[in-house]
Amino acid sequence: MSHNVESIVTVQGLEYSRRDNPIFRGIELTIPRGKVTAIMGPSGTGKTTLLRLIGGQIVADRGVIEVNGQDVAKLSRRGLNKMRRKMGMLFQEGALFSDFNVFDNVAFLLREHTNLPEDMIRDLVLLKLEAVGLRGAAFLKTSELSGGMSRRVALARAIMLDPELMLYDEPFTGQDPINKGVLMKLIRELNTSFGLTSVIVSHDVQEMLAISDYLYVLANGKIIGHGVPQEVIKDSNPELKQFVEGLPDGPVPFRYPAEPLAQQLEAI
Amino acid sequence: MIVSRVTALGRVGWEFCQRIGQSGFFLSSVIIRRPKFSQVFELFSEQLYRVGVLSLVIVMMSAMFIGMVVALQGYNTLQKFGAEQELGQLLALSVVRELGPVITALLFAGRAGSALTAEIGLMRATQQLDCMDMMAVDPLWRVIAPRFWAGVISMPILAALFNITAIFGGQLVGVHWLGVDSGTFWSNMQAAVEFRGDVLNGIIKSVVFGFVITWVAVYQGYFSEPNSAGISRATTKTVVYSSLLTLALDFVLTAMMMGGW
Amino acid sequence: MAKRTMEFIVGLFMLAGLAALVLLAFKVSGLTKVGNGDTYIITAEFDNIGGLKVRAPVAIGGVRIGQVENIALDKNNFRAVVTMRIENKFNNLPDDSSASIFTQGILGSNYISVVPGFEPESLKAGEAIETTHSALILENLIGQLIYSMKSDGNQVTTDKKK
Repeated sequence: MSHNVESIVTVQGLEYSRRDNPIFRGIELTIPRGKVTAIMGPSGTGKTTLLRLIGGQIVADRGVIEVNGQDVAKLSRRGLNKMRRKMGMLFQEGALFSDFNVFDNVAFLLREHTNLPEDMIRDLVLLKLEAVGLRGAAFLKTSELSGGMSRRVALARAIMLDPELMLYDEPFTGQDPINKGVLMKLIRELNTSFGLTSVIVSHDVQEMLAISDYLYVLANGKIIGHGVPQEVIKDSNPELKQFVEGLPDGPVPFRYPAEPLAQQLEAI
Repeated sequence: MIVSRVTALGRVGWEFCQRIGQSGFFLSSVIIRRPKFSQVFELFSEQLYRVGVLSLVIVMMSAMFIGMVVALQGYNTLQKFGAEQELGQLLALSVVRELGPVITALLFAGRAGSALTAEIGLMRATQQLDCMDMMAVDPLWRVIAPRFWAGVISMPILAALFNITAIFGGQLVGVHWLGVDSGTFWSNMQAAVEFRGDVLNGIIKSVVFGFVITWVAVYQGYFSEPNSAGISRATTKTVVYSSLLTLALDFVLTAMMMGGW
Repeated sequence: MAKRTMEFIVGLFMLAGLAALVLLAFKVSGLTKVGNGDTYIITAEFDNIGGLKVRAPVAIGGVRIGQVENIALDKNNFRAVVTMRIENKFNNLPDDSSASIFTQGILGSNYISVVPGFEPESLKAGEAIETTHSALILENLIGQLIYSMKSDGNQVTTDKKK
């Protein structure tokens, strides 16, 4: 299988609709290996859907998504499983298994996919928990964790099998500044120290500008801008500008479409 | 106007068929997927505990009360024909043929079925099932299948325990309170109740009910909308659909069994 | 809850279910321990078996000694062939015993009553009971009654004519 050494994921001509609602209208993306790439855009543009398409959970209507040179849509169940073992995903809600405590959650992948002995698993789990700073919380129940802590545990769980590619689904949403700072530090450090490629989907502009090497901005089913952070800030495209600077009115209007006010008041 | 109503009706019918088909495929995937044999026993026995053992209390308490009521009501009516000695037969046949399997099934649907739907629906809403999928662990065999088989196996056990407890309760009322002769009670019962025709058929019914109820419960949970409103809707649907299906199947099975299959 | 305890409870649960089933079998439905090994087969032919069904009891003087195993029609002489499974401890039925089909109670189901004969030799497995009495059919009875009423009436008139 030939694959481009520089990009781990390539997306070409992607089109996808859900129930007659077009979500993607022709998207081209490449995710460069070893770097942190951000995919940003207003809420509801289908950023999570893009991650699910890359992971092979849903199939596109048209277009090709390749991971390490393999067309995701054409993989068999076994091929899909093999691909997924080299991918890690951090879900928006953390998605920790409610039946297990922290330790068992993090150990899950090792116990499922490897035959390592229990004492070795114990060491590996504690090491990974140490990397995210939660080794002391190893035996708490999932219900005892705060939102930020559960995301860190989910992160430790996702990297247990040393994946090549990490997908982050809105990691900063709803977090306080301290937790955001922690997550930013972890994402960046893990990317460097484990040699990962990270794809982050988010709409937190400041955080993304701070930690990404490359940005894509999605809106209305198309890519409206991409580049390194410094360039994207300076881009004069009005849609892009409104999003990046957080302007309340612009191409995405402030007012929901309605008849003129005078007309509606008179009617009463 | 009429055309749009007809289209809407057609769409409802279409979606109904589509959902039945979806649930059929779902069931076949649950049954077919190969499990990891080292874990199967542990997962299955944990679910058997949650689904079966925890339903014991409600099943046996209900059985006790129902047995007592049937004995009371039965005695009342039989007395008019001077046929009180047939009380044992009345009690045993009603319980073993109908009340045992059906009422256990309805209680099971309400307690264990709704719990299963809620649990699986919550796992869906918090993305735990998607997460497992992305980790290359098949949630169908790891989460759904143990619960499914636990349901199918617990039902006949619960039904048998219901039968025994109800007959015991009825015997308490009939023999010890209302004064029917103990020997007559049991010997008339034994003469009238056939093992193959009555007891075994009742157990077969309960297996069928268990199969259907658990199928509906796990299906509704797995395909529920991933939010709290979706979960509560799915739970209600489980209880309603599985109860109705149980009663309908009871009629069909009884007709088949009486026709001598 | 510790895993071991839970597995223990689950095991108890399954055993309880099994025990309940066993109780139901023996105490409630009176399943007797008649295995196929402790029995032997004999047959009998009847003109009319009435409402006799498979698994109907076979009794001597009202005491059950076995049950009906199979009912078939002999294609050559068009009589009903009833196969009976008798318990081994009743293996001394005289060769000339007779079998009749009676009704339990007034409206009950049919059963086979065996009246033992006087021969010293016993019926062995596979042999047939020679003397049989068919079931009483209600229509025949009514027909006989009407016929006998009519003939009584004729007698009276012929007596009168004399």
